[in-house]
Amino acid sequence: MSESLTLNLTLADWLALLSHFMQLSLLAIGGAITTAPDMHRYLVIEQHWLSDSQFTSSVALAQAAPGPNVLFVALLGWNVGLNAGGGQGGGALAWLYALLGVVVTMVGIMLPSTTLTFVAARWGHRNRERRWVRAFKQGMAPIVIALLLATGWILAVGHGTSVSNWPAWLLAAVCALLVWRTRLHLLWLLTAGGLLGWIGWI
Amino acid sequence: MPAHQEGSSPRPSSLADLFWSFTQLALQGFGGVLAIVQRELVEKKRWLTPEEFMEDWAVAQILPGPNVVNLSLMIGDRYFGWRGGLVALAGMLTFPLLIVLALAALFAGVSDSPGVQGALRGMGAVTAGLIGGTGLRLINSLEKNVMGALVCWALAAITFAAIAWLRVPLVWVLLGVGTLACGWAYRQLGKVQARVMPE
Repeated sequence: MSESLTLNLTLADWLALLSHFMQLSLLAIGGAITTAPDMHRYLVIEQHWLSDSQFTSSVALAQAAPGPNVLFVALLGWNVGLNAGGGQGGGALAWLYALLGVVVTMVGIMLPSTTLTFVAARWGHRNRERRWVRAFKQGMAPIVIALLLATGWILAVGHGTSVSNWPAWLLAAVCALLVWRTRLHLLWLLTAGGLLGWIGWI
Repeated sequence: MPAHQEGSSPRPSSLADLFWSFTQLALQGFGGVLAIVQRELVEKKRWLTPEEFMEDWAVAQILPGPNVVNLSLMIGDRYFGWRGGLVALAGMLTFPLLIVLALAALFAGVSDSPGVQGALRGMGAVTAGLIGGTGLRLINSLEKNVMGALVCWALAAITFAAIAWLRVPLVWVLLGVGTLACGWAYRQLGKVQARVMPE
């Protein structure tokens, strides 16, 4: 988050940000991360509210921190607010704007989808004995498993498919085997991965 | 059919239990929480059977929004109504949000150093393995699937190839392969019903 911008956001701008993220919320099938390309287009290219490096480091930091991936959206909002409040050196005002940014982007990305989920899941649970609700659940089971495997695959090759990345693939494959076959605590694996990366092996 | 049996299976004892359980889940989930949810809620606490987990996950996946957030909402709602949903959601988000904001504030300049970049890469590779391994663990639960092993494998293979190799947008895969799968399951469930209750 080295370079930051100085912005002057009006109330209309904040509302535009909120409504854009509310739209993305309803399009985020498969998780919030699937809308990241569009957030980049909107925040960085169209509105110039975030620098490219602010966007990238927000996603990377949220991936590395504990918790759901959707928190990268909070960091995007945080940085937009920081830019609007005068950047890193903006003092208390900048922090307040940053918090406003978090609230606006998180409410935007969550409110529509969680409301829909709430209603739909209740309906589905009430009607769970109906044949086609059961058919949906049974039919989707192998697809869900394949999606998990595919997500693992995409993340593993995410850093490039060149042969020089073999340590990262090997690490991912070993971790998959350990998770599948043992009950080793997942934090050990993450710590090991972090250390191996820190000393430059990955 | 694994219908949820109220009272007989383990369940969260209170809203506070729900909140802290989800906080604990969230704080263990580096690079995503799904692998932890499966291990903690299904294998340790047994609040969900593997089949229930996959059913809920399928619903959370097909509805828009962050999957794990949707999943917490659904699980919380089932035990304690809408308050449970909100509490599970709050548990999943509160502390991770504080941590990620603190990290952003503290490490704003450090994130470019090669050590941190390397550690991020290493943890990213582990995360990939965790998610893939979770998928492998769930394969056993397909044994009871009404569609039969062969069809299940075929559907899984098509989905994997479409998403991982061909990079078909998820929505098309779900509409295409998903409709096919649900249609087939519907047919098979009809056959089972006819066998159980011959007319």
